[in-house]
Amino acid sequence: MNVKRSPWLLHYDGSSCNGCDIEVLAALTPVYDAERLGVVNTGDPMQADIFLITGGINAQNAPVVKQLYDQMPRPKVVVAVGVCACTGGIFKETYNVLGGADTVIPVDIYVPGCAARPQSIIDGIVQAVALFQQRSDEHDALVKSQKGAN
Amino acid sequence: MGKKSVVPFGPQHPVLPEPLHLDLVIEDEVVEEAIPSIGFIHRGLEGLAEKRDFNEMMYIAERTCGICSFGHGLGYVEAVEHIMNVQVPDRARYLRTIWSELERLHSHLLWLGLAADAFGFESLFYEAWRIREKVLDIHEMTCGGRLIFSVNKVGGVLRDINADQQKFILDQMNVLEKEIKNIAKVFLEDYSVQSRSKGIGVLTTKQAHELGAVGPFARACGIKNDIRLTGYCAYGELDFEPIVSNDCDCYARLEVRIKELFQSIDLVRQAFAKIPAGELETKVAGFPKGEYFVRI
Ligand code: SF4
Repeated sequence: MNVKRSPWLLHYDGSSCNGCDIEVLAALTPVYDAERLGVVNTGDPMQADIFLITGGINAQNAPVVKQLYDQMPRPKVVVAVGVCACTGGIFKETYNVLGGADTVIPVDIYVPGCAARPQSIIDGIVQAVALFQQRSDEHDALVKSQKGAN
Repeated sequence: MGKKSVVPFGPQHPVLPEPLHLDLVIEDEVVEEAIPSIGFIHRGLEGLAEKRDFNEMMYIAERTCGICSFGHGLGYVEAVEHIMNVQVPDRARYLRTIWSELERLHSHLLWLGLAADAFGFESLFYEAWRIREKVLDIHEMTCGGRLIFSVNKVGGVLRDINADQQKFILDQMNVLEKEIKNIAKVFLEDYSVQSRSKGIGVLTTKQAHELGAVGPFARACGIKNDIRLTGYCAYGELDFEPIVSNDCDCYARLEVRIKELFQSIDLVRQAFAKIPAGELETKVAGFPKGEYFVRI
């Protein structure tokens, strides 16, 4: 893989059972070590490029998730980790869960599993890095063409 | 005396894996008060209990929390078994005990790692989580999942631990014991860890009683209370003493959990030494009707 940029990750727990959250953390700690792919975990949405979201959306967290997404600079990539974030999963039919992460924000990559395994989370991150690269290139080309027009 | 100001904290914050919002009332750089608001991860799984078959509900109960999933599932099946008057085979009781203790190992190591991260000792966090992966490997080998076990069922368990696996687990226990001793030294003797945990976050025994603290948290506040002593599963046949500390601070919580790691290793060994051969489950007929209260 040709890594030109080092995207920063933002992780947020929608309404997960914690299973997927700790697998995201496990993917970042020594045994799996996703940081070797050039990504780093950040807590600041304004510096983040890739948004890892676990758990489904409920009435109370919908505005939080939306706000986090809006605060991220463009270009950005969203990865839904675990079946809860993909579709609402086992909790889809509860009275409080509205659905997967894509009910409020656009999701690019879906990582299945309950809990999603660190290996598949890393796979999701690899795909997100590639997509981020592509979007950044498009973004740069657009900026260049606009500058040329002026 | 400075002026009071309120700093919002969360719901998204790097130090929290889970969302929680706090209004921190700050005076002269000291947090005087923290006003929480919760409910960001409320899913309402109790509502699902009305829609699902009672056998299926076990899997939903496990997903209450991914860190202590076995405990939640166990509480559910124990309650249903009591209502239906089902006698669980001895081997299943011992297997449940072993999985409970393995889960405690992973949960405590996870907690210790996150605590280390919270007080800014990142390499200790990584080390605790590296050791924890060894426990998760055992989960994966015996259940197929790393965090969600799904081996319990009303009436018994779905999988067995065979002789090869048992040998592997017991070997791993020796490795874990050695590695945990190394991090225990840092957690309990390191000056910088002590400066950030001794005398911090004191919850007196009286307060802990009033607030209804449970588990290692209560035991770190001097409450000699361990639900395992009630003897559910096979705990009644194993030999252990609750680990209690009277310091009531963050250091006490570290200490209790570290000592419980060794206790869990010991309980796994004891359980394997005593586990009888036999059936894994009893046939269950009919539907549960009634109420029962279980503490795990
Ligand atoms: S997908 Fe499974 S493990 Fe992940 S948050 Fe949902 S219930 Fe928990």
